[in-house]
Amino acid sequence: MTVFWHEIRLNRMSLLIWSAAVGFLMMVCIFMFPEMQGEMEEVGAMFSSMGSFTAAFGMDRLNFGEFSGFYGIECGNILGLGGAFFAALTGAAVLSKEEKEHTADFLLTHPVGRGRIVAGKLAAVAGQLLCLNGIILVLAFVSMQAIGEGAAWKDLLLLHLAYFLLQLEVGAVCFGLSAFLRRGSYGIGLGLAAVLYFLNIIANLTEKARFLKYITPFGYAESADILTNGSIDMGMLLPGLLYGAIGVAAAFIWYARKDIR
Amino acid sequence: MKVIETRKLTKNYGKARGITELDLSVEEGDFFGFIGPNGAGKSTTIRTLLGLIGATSGEMRLFGQEVEQKTAVSKEAGRAGRRAVRQAREELLARIGYLPSEAMFYSGMRVGELLRFSAGLRKQDCQAEAKRLCERLQLDPARRIEELSLGNRKKVGIVCALQHRPELYILDEPTSGLDPLMQREFFALLTERSREGATVFLSSHVLSEIKRYCSRAAIIREGRLIACDEVAALSRTGARRVAFHGQADLSGLTGIRDLQRVQESVSFLYDGAIQALLQVLSGARLTDLTIAEPDLEEVFLHYYDEKGGKQI
Repeated sequence: MTVFWHEIRLNRMSLLIWSAAVGFLMMVCIFMFPEMQGEMEEVGAMFSSMGSFTAAFGMDRLNFGEFSGFYGIECGNILGLGGAFFAALTGAAVLSKEEKEHTADFLLTHPVGRGRIVAGKLAAVAGQLLCLNGIILVLAFVSMQAIGEGAAWKDLLLLHLAYFLLQLEVGAVCFGLSAFLRRGSYGIGLGLAAVLYFLNIIANLTEKARFLKYITPFGYAESADILTNGSIDMGMLLPGLLYGAIGVAAAFIWYARKDIR
Repeated sequence: MKVIETRKLTKNYGKARGITELDLSVEEGDFFGFIGPNGAGKSTTIRTLLGLIGATSGEMRLFGQEVEQKTAVSKEAGRAGRRAVRQAREELLARIGYLPSEAMFYSGMRVGELLRFSAGLRKQDCQAEAKRLCERLQLDPARRIEELSLGNRKKVGIVCALQHRPELYILDEPTSGLDPLMQREFFALLTERSREGATVFLSSHVLSEIKRYCSRAAIIREGRLIACDEVAALSRTGARRVAFHGQADLSGLTGIRDLQRVQESVSFLYDGAIQALLQVLSGARLTDLTIAEPDLEEVFLHYYDEKGGKQI
């Protein structure tokens, strides 16, 4: 627990800033909805006539005039990208920063096994993601109540759960990478999150690239699918959980035996 | 009991040399100096002992207990075996206080927070000792880590290494960055701990420190141990530093090294036949003469002088 709380303490400002930034943007979107509601039919018609672009963001299956459809597209993208970037940054840096900032000598010469250090840091990454999503969920719920769309929050919980799982997967994969890296972890983490996001867009554009949805976690966190089907596609989720598990296992195995320079 | 013992300990970084077949032995209660210039393998030895890096081959024991290599354990032991090895390593680390050559800590923390974090990792309450050490080293626990100078960061490292009162102190170039007053206070602390029975393993290239405080020392050169003995014995060699003022014909003498001549003042290291030297000097016109043992610096330089001929 000492390592867990240490990590939380070190990252608390970053967590608060990311939570506030993503939450604020989502609140802005939610508060824009009543004003835009009257124009939504026109907007919806415009978005649905944009061909591949419409499909790429799942706008062909969601009704922009309804709050849940609007929330799924607008807030879903903010939470999807913002959350994935935070998860990638947090996961990718948590182990590698010890060597990069030359603090590994200090930490690893205490009577704490490397396995316990890795476990503490992993728990800290998961804990931060839980906090981020908790804060965002509260801000979104309060905003929905304020505009009189409070009834929609139950439908949207599943969407939030999917994005939380997405962040856990991205965080876990980056956590695995972090065990191998000494430098450049931030760039690799952000790059990976961006690539995974665009893989989903490509998968939405053409049926031939649909297999990419089994690679990127944005596949099972697709707002249009979740809100239309009322469930998360387990066929996409399970490979995602497997990738995350591989990342975590790699971190435990490699970090336990690597040379600290 | 031997607190540190290595047998043919070797660490290679790919094709690069780390340490080669190092046989090191440090007895309980020793104040042991580990001498060598930058890149000789001092830090590699220490990092291998502490498990930060795995040895390529060889054996090592800490407190008489065999330290298993991570790679060997993973291949040969089961889960229970790995857990036992991990537990044994943690127990060994609990008895060690380590000060790295570069004392780097987490920015965003205050000194007091870091000391509590270190104590927390050891599951010990070190508050009273940490307070006492901070007072002696004039370290303010309220200061932020990122605001500290190199010397003050070193002090934080010293308190972290000493606050749990370990049995073995492994200190990698501990005085770099400390002012002379703090160096004196630091060695006073170490001497107190040594008198209480602790073992001190001190890596340094400051020979005056080794000579003044250490009872035994080892010299490492290009990854190999080239000498290990009592500090007095290392200095006590067959060679003598001869210095005189006057005129003497030294051309017939063999065994002269490091000859320095300034007008009529002559100084050289001599490891030839003493009778031949006396014969030359007795026929010379001298106004002053000293023949003394070379100091540790000269011994050290000799070991590192590739052209220095045979070792002293």
